[in-house]
Amino acid sequence: MEIPYVVDERADTGLTNVKLGIWLFLASEVMLFGGLFSTYILLRINAIEWPFGADILSVPIGAFNTVVLILSSVTMVLCYAALKLDDFSGYKRYMGMTVGLAVLFLVVKSYEYYDKFSHGDVPAVSTYLAIYFTLTGLHALHIVGGVIVNGYFLGPGSKLWHANRQQFINRIEAAGLYWHFVDLVWIFLFPVLYLL
Amino acid sequence: MSESPEEVRDHIKLYWKIGIALLVLTVVTVAVSYIEFAVPMAILVALIIAGTKGSLVASYFMHLIGERKSIYWALLLTVFFFLVLIIIPILGHTDTYGVHKTMPNANAPAAEAHD
Repeated sequence: MEIPYVVDERADTGLTNVKLGIWLFLASEVMLFGGLFSTYILLRINAIEWPFGADILSVPIGAFNTVVLILSSVTMVLCYAALKLDDFSGYKRYMGMTVGLAVLFLVVKSYEYYDKFSHGDVPAVSTYLAIYFTLTGLHALHIVGGVIVNGYFLGPGSKLWHANRQQFINRIEAAGLYWHFVDLVWIFLFPVLYLL
Repeated sequence: MSESPEEVRDHIKLYWKIGIALLVLTVVTVAVSYIEFAVPMAILVALIIAGTKGSLVASYFMHLIGERKSIYWALLLTVFFFLVLIIIPILGHTDTYGVHKTMPNANAPAAEAHD
């Protein structure tokens, strides 16, 4: 069965189903992360003591990963713009950079986790580390999801460009919205966990 | 929404400017953390900077500026319920002023937290 309105906009919503669908999905994601941020607040305001994030985590590493994700957001929006300019090789270049930066983020995050685990700083040690691993772990899973989706659109999924350009542009726009959301979540996670 | 190539090229310039602004604000976030504010003020400052960065990403990279009204309504509802989620633990906390705290110490081993 063919999904309707993947290219043309519906008259009643003024949107393609792709865009409406991804925004509703992102709304549910806001509630998912919102629930965990709420848990963080609950734990923090009721704790007798709360550690200063910079005493436990490496701020330079966290800041580096923030820069990596921001750059990946820039390359993601540039690959969407490249498609609008009919520049398919530009799209491939920027999408490749986006996936590469996402993998770099995961490598750095893995190093951070390895460093923590090797020093015995596991989630069971404290509520701070428990919420740190929960929030960053869930976020890292979202990065992995983004790598899979963007990797697909960089490889086999890019064939759609030759068959239906507008549908492919709409798909990349949806993938971009997801990716920017993942960046947006990290923009809040970084100061909350590393700097406060 | 179809845009002319000139408009798309203008957008590309804007994306780079937003990207640079986000990088500068990241430096500001880290720099401000070295200023010794009281914790509530430090949280407020950090959230204002993060909120500014988040607004830039949502407005320009996610194209919320100039988006359809149906998206705004869906997001408005989301923001409302998100705020409810955030406010619930704060309201619960205000009920416990003067009452012995039962939540575990953030630094305490989890096993002791159940004592």
